[in-house]
Amino acid sequence: MSYFSDIYNGIKTLLTGMSVTGKYFLTLRKGAITQQYPDNRATLKMFDRFRGEVIMPHNEDNEHRCTGCQKCEIACPNGTIEIIWDRGIDENTGKKKKKIDKFVYHLSMCTMCGLCIDVCPTDAIKWGQKFENSVYDRTQLTRVLNKPGSKLQHGVED
Amino acid sequence: MNISLNITKSIHEWLFSIMPEGVANIVEMALIGLLYLAIFAILGLFLVLLERRVAAWFQLRIGPNRVGFQGVLQTMADALKLLSKELTGTVKADKFLYNLAPYFVIISSLMALAVIPFTKEFQAFDINIGIFFLIGVSSIGVIGILLGGWASNNKFALIGAMRSGVQTISYEMSIGLSLLTMILITGSLQLSEIVEVQKSGWLIVQGHIPAIIAFMIYMIAGTAETNRAPFDLVEAESELGAGFHTEYSGMKFAYFFLAEFINMFLIAAIATTIFFGGWLSPFGITESIPWLGVFWFLGKALILIFLMMWFRWTFPRLRIDQLLTLEWKYLLPINLVNIVIMALIVWLNLTIKI
Repeated sequence: MSYFSDIYNGIKTLLTGMSVTGKYFLTLRKGAITQQYPDNRATLKMFDRFRGEVIMPHNEDNEHRCTGCQKCEIACPNGTIEIIWDRGIDENTGKKKKKIDKFVYHLSMCTMCGLCIDVCPTDAIKWGQKFENSVYDRTQLTRVLNKPGSKLQHGVED
Repeated sequence: MNISLNITKSIHEWLFSIMPEGVANIVEMALIGLLYLAIFAILGLFLVLLERRVAAWFQLRIGPNRVGFQGVLQTMADALKLLSKELTGTVKADKFLYNLAPYFVIISSLMALAVIPFTKEFQAFDINIGIFFLIGVSSIGVIGILLGGWASNNKFALIGAMRSGVQTISYEMSIGLSLLTMILITGSLQLSEIVEVQKSGWLIVQGHIPAIIAFMIYMIAGTAETNRAPFDLVEAESELGAGFHTEYSGMKFAYFFLAEFINMFLIAAIATTIFFGGWLSPFGITESIPWLGVFWFLGKALILIFLMMWFRWTFPRLRIDQLLTLEWKYLLPINLVNIVIMALIVWLNLTIKI
């Protein structure tokens, strides 16, 4: 006798499904998730986990957190990151110490895998939210992430 | 030709006054043909747009809103694009059948459109076996699909066409039987007479319980008949490419596409005529103005079309064995029992009449 209960359950579940989509249909004004991109360019805010490009945040004193350990360069599967480093005198201890000269990032080779960011011990690099990366010349995609004249933030290595 | 509202009557008399009778008849037929082609095209384009917007709203998207105000011209732009596209075909295709197939589909739905009463006497062909004609003509469409799938010489198209054959032939039984249930009340197959009968209450009210069961069966079978989701395994994108119209492009594809939407309208229009009183207004509000019947008719049909779109964007696609189980083990036996119940109700005069 499961024949009739099958029919009953069938109709009941179909109506449940229709009520779910029906609710979506009625709340569409509030819930539309489509971004009308070129129109809302001024107000568009990308979501937190969006992977646009690798950036290196600097604080107001033009200091970054990169110690030049080169772990990111080793972790990168396709040679996107290139660190040109130098040795300088540390003011506090007076010893010779490794510091970065240029953190070169080739956006054109990056696959946004995020291994460099996972591996960074000092959180020096992060995901940026910018995604309008088209340029007329390929060389513009090679970027130096540390700003000119920037130095290591104090206390990062401790 | 049965169009004889005042304006059409004056056109009719004017035509007969300026030319001999034979020529006037032919001119009139051509005019009505053109009118129906125009209805066909406008309805098709409108329904495609409606489908896309409604689909977007169900999925919390916005849908096409760029071409014209809120995207009203989107489907016109699509049609223009399809017109200008190259008509491609496979090398080993059966050229004659391949080219013939879209016309089968489109002509069958055009013929069915002719008997639909849009309002009082706005009906091109008021044949006295209306429902029978509709059931007969709507099953010609599947020949076009079978031919198209067979002639394109493509395995996806062939599988799609064969599935379509299985599905349409099975579900035609349910459509026919559920309409037959309602004909027990009306006692006539003529569509205009069926609408007349409903002046004392729409048939879904007159026939109460069995009528509601018949309506549910009709909507399920009708959705299957038009090859729409959840019964769209004819053109299941994930497994068959585009099904029977995989190899079609440009305007021939557009014919299939338009015919699918017109078939959807036809299913809704038949349901409106049989179950919901056709062009009759609820409680006879606008009975004195027969022109308003068009709006009532289209309004009711659009609500039913919306219901079918709701089905489409809610339910997942059925497997072929589930499809046939649903038809042969559930819908058909229920339908047969339903006919007996309806016959009893009509015999014992238990129908509700207002």
